[in-house]
Parts: sequence; structure tokens; C-alpha cells
Amino acid sequence: MSTIETRELNVYYGDEKVHALKNVEIKIEKNKVTALIGPSGCGKTTFLRSLNRLNELLGATTKGKVIIDGKDIYDGKEDVIQLRKRVGMVFQHPNPFPMSIYDNVAYGPRIHGVKKKELNGLVEESLRKAALWDEVKDRMQEIALKFSGGQQQRLCIARALAVNPEIILFDEPCSALDPVSTAKIEALLRELKHEYTIVIVTHNMQQAARVSDFTAFFLMGELIEFGETKELFERPRDKRTEDYITGRFG
Amino acid sequence: MGVLERVRIFKFWKMGESIKERLIEKLLFLLSLSSILIVFFIIVFMLKEGLPAFALGGEFFFGMTWHPATNQFGILILVLCTFIVGIGALVLATIIGIPTAVFLAEFSPEWLRNIIKPCVEMLVGIPSVVIGFFGLMVLVIFIRDTFGGWGESILAGWIILAIMTLPHVISISEDAIRAVPKAYKEASLALGATHLQTVTRVILPNARSGILASLILGMGNAVGETMAVLMVIGNPEIPFIPESVLEPVRVLTSTIVIEAAYMIWGSTHQHALIALGVVLFVIVALLNAITTVMIRKGMVK
Ligand SMILES: Nc1ncnc2c1ncn2[C@@H]1O[C@H](COP(=O)(O)OP(=O)(O)OP(=O)(O)O)[C@@H](O)[C@H]1O
Ligand SMILES: [Mg+2]
Repeated sequence: MSTIETRELNVYYGDEKVHALKNVEIKIEKNKVTALIGPSGCGKTTFLRSLNRLNELLGATTKGKVIIDGKDIYDGKEDVIQLRKRVGMVFQHPNPFPMSIYDNVAYGPRIHGVKKKELNGLVEESLRKAALWDEVKDRMQEIALKFSGGQQQRLCIARALAVNPEIILFDEPCSALDPVSTAKIEALLRELKHEYTIVIVTHNMQQAARVSDFTAFFLMGELIEFGETKELFERPRDKRTEDYITGRFG
Repeated sequence: MGVLERVRIFKFWKMGESIKERLIEKLLFLLSLSSILIVFFIIVFMLKEGLPAFALGGEFFFGMTWHPATNQFGILILVLCTFIVGIGALVLATIIGIPTAVFLAEFSPEWLRNIIKPCVEMLVGIPSVVIGFFGLMVLVIFIRDTFGGWGESILAGWIILAIMTLPHVISISEDAIRAVPKAYKEASLALGATHLQTVTRVILPNARSGILASLILGMGNAVGETMAVLMVIGNPEIPFIPESVLEPVRVLTSTIVIEAAYMIWGSTHQHALIALGVVLFVIVALLNAITTVMIRKGMVK
């Protein structure tokens, strides 16, 4: 069952001078991890941010359809607030707010009017799901910026989980982290997919192979190949896919 | 010309150049010293000349009556009125300035910003005597006709000073708001917050120190401003504690200007006026120092 489907998705930047995504058509499965790979500038981030309409912030123009749970989010009727509640995002560089751990996680729920007495439980649950609870449970009021990069990134995951999304987008979540933190996040991703649909951009081929069920290979704004990760890495159908993954593997 | 000679000429020219350079360096150094000297000279002069008034001690600092004719030089009411006028102006400037800064930094379309910004900046360029004249001819008359009283009043001072502080408050606050990392804004929006929620819950709290700095700097400007304020606040002969915003007041700056015109050289009056200047200088310097520290702290954060 697919939960995200794009049809003739085209994204342009700056008065259509940059054509960042070209006719991308993809069906992303529910409760799976889908990895997006491809060389720098191929449009991975652009694709990711078109799924929660964060591209609009950068003055991008989007044409075509992005259908999430059967509804086109670009049909002009979709409420972008509701959309972003359903589609969470974790960024490349950990970006916790300069507030306490607690306030970071509670930020989303407070915005969406969760009652005060439910807040504590929700914060704890989110931190547990993000495998951070044990490390921070006695330090809830400390400012988030004091924690390590890996902890901050898991905090950002907890913060995203706290608004109870269905889909979570990860844009190179480990690129600023050390190997140990990276391993923790990867383990977390495998755990989270039972409850969430996950789309993750990564520059690390092994990471894509380790954590994802499906992989999409982008090149210069086009979706070149999309399929099961094992399939794509072992028997790429397209020559360009093969060049890219073998090139990286050396 | 022989080779040797040429070498000698070359050397001479070379040497000349390096001497010239060293001379210019020395000159630049001396000129730059001059600003230190000037500040030093002013401070020493003011302290020395103000000393007889400072020596009055509590009578000077906490005295309630400022009346040169009877040799009474208590500055308390003057200082109090200075702050009443300055703080009121600041409150006005805050009420108008901060929302303007938020609008310019976050909500305004580019074309509108390109109109508002230059207008705000132009306010800085209007000479204070012109603003004061405007205040006297328009504002004071308006206040008198609408609310009664003299017209020359605290209220007029507030409005005129607010107009003059506004550009500083707006531009520094706007910079502070713009300096908040984009990543925070994106994180907030990605969680489903509206733009306005993002501004009030993430952006403004993070721009806090810069905004506060703009206000304190504005306060410094307001306290030190002389000409425009002098023209609209009335300056009663004997300063008193005002009971309404429609009453005239006297502030530190206006007192110095008005009384310097008739003081007698070498009198206690003269020393007291200079001491007033020192007090003013200390207040403004303190406010500026606080601003500098806050802006620097905001930057490293
Ligand atoms: N805000 C923007 N304005 C203009 N062009 C942009 C903008 N953001 C991205 N682009 C362009 O769109 C194309 C795709 O960029 P995108 O960031 O999606 O690539 P990416 O695959 O995520 O790259 P990387 O691996 O380096 O993160 C690039 O050519 C880029 O220069
Ligand atoms: Mg990217």
C-alpha cells in the first residue's frame, strides 16, 4: 500500500531558472524505509521538501501532484498546517531550539493545543521512542544546545514524533554525526518504521543498504531508478545507477 | 650615468620612500591619538570643573530643588524628569518600533519593505532642530487645543523623542530578528506551526537580546537628545515633580542649554551645570556600554 505518490512532479527555483525536479513519479510504501540517493545537487532535498511543502519557503514553484493518503497536497485545498502535522521532518544539521529538552519536545504539541496534563506523558513517550529518554530523563530542564550532536539529532526526532506524524522525512540525518551516533540513529530508523513511513536522504550508500527497504536513485532532477533496495544494489537496471553505486563502492 | 651612480640614486630613492612611509605612519598614529586626548581632556575638564558641585554631596545628588537664584542645586527632580521623558518615549517607540521591525523582517513583501525602510532611515537624517520646530508648531498646538494645558508638555516630549528613537529601535531590532538562524524557523514550520506562532515562540525569544539592546540604545539617545526636546517640553523656571503628562518639565540637557546662556563665570551655578553634564554623560555612557555588551553577547550565542 502506498502512502505517498507523486505524478509528473516538477519543481523550479527562482522564476523557473533552475529546474530541480523533472517529472518525478514515485510510489512510496507505507511503513517502509525509502532511501533517496544520488550525487550532490540532484534534487534529493528538493524532493523531500516538496512532500511537506517546505519548498515554498525558498520560493520554489511546484507543478504536478503529490498525493498523500489519497489527497493531492498541491490542489490548493490542502491545509499546510495539517499536512506538516502528518509529515514530520528531521534536518541535516541537528536544529533543536535553544530551549530546554522538555520545551523542545513539547513545542509541537503545545502549538497544536495538547492539554497541559497530557504533555508530560507525551514528552516521555516521544523521548523513549527516540531512544533518548534514559540519557535525558534527569536533565529535562537543561538547554538542548548543551547536548552532543547525536543526542540533539535524536531530540529532533523526538520533537518530530511528539506531534504524532504518519510520515517522517530525514534529510541526511547522520551527515553531521560520528559513527556511534550514526549507528544509534540507524537502529532507531529500523524501529520507527513499524509505526511510521520513513523517507531518508543519504549520501552514504552503505547506510542506504543497511536501513532502507526501497531505494530511489536521482540524477540531475530525474528519478532514474526506483525499487527494492536489495534489487537496486545487486542488479541495477540502469547503467547510470550501476555507475553511481559501483563508483562509490570503489 | 654610471652603474654605481644609478645604484646610489636607487638607494636614495628607496630610502626616501621608507622614511616617507615611516613619517606618514607616525603622523597617522599622532592623529589617532588626538581622539584619545580629546576624550581625556573633556573628562578631566568636566570632573575638575564639576568638583565644587559634587562636593555639595547629598545636597547635589538628592536635593529636590534646583533654583540657581537662591543657590539651590539639587538635581534629583531633573534626573527624575529626564527618565520620565526618556522612558515614556521609549515605551512609545517600542509599541510602534518592534511590530514594525517584525513586519519588515518577517512579513513585508519586498516592494513594501523597499518603501518603508528608506522612510525610516530618512527620519534619522532630519536635523533635530527641524523636528523640534515641527513639534512646536504642530504637536504642541495640537496638544494644547485638544487636551488643554500649555501644550508644551511631557506628552509632547514623549512623542518627539519617540519619533527620533524609532529608526534606531526599528533597524537594530530588525537586524536582530533577521539574525535568528533559518534552521529554527524551518524546524518550527515543519512541526506545523504557523508563521505567526513561529515568530512569537521561536524568532522573537531568540532575537530578545538584540531587541533589548536596541531599546537601551534608544534610551541613551532619548536621554542625551537636546534640541528637539528642549523646544517642546516647556522647561519651567523651577523644576517640579509633574502630576500629569500635560505639564511642562525640565530635563538635564535642556537645563544646561538654557542656563549656560546666563550663568556667571566661576559661580557655583557654573560648576553645578558642568556637574549636570557629567551626570548626563555617565548615564548615556552606561546605557551605551550595556548595549554594546548585550549585542556582543547576542552575537556569540
Ligand atoms: N533555494 C534554492 N534556490 C535556487 N536553487 C536551488 C535552491 N535550493 C536548491 N537549488 C538547486 O536545485 C538543485 C537541487 O538541489 P537539492 O538541494 O535538492 O540537491 P541535493 O540532492 O539535496 O544535494 P545535496 O546532496 O548536496 O544536498 C541544485 O541544482 C540546487 O542548486
Ligand atoms: Mg540535500
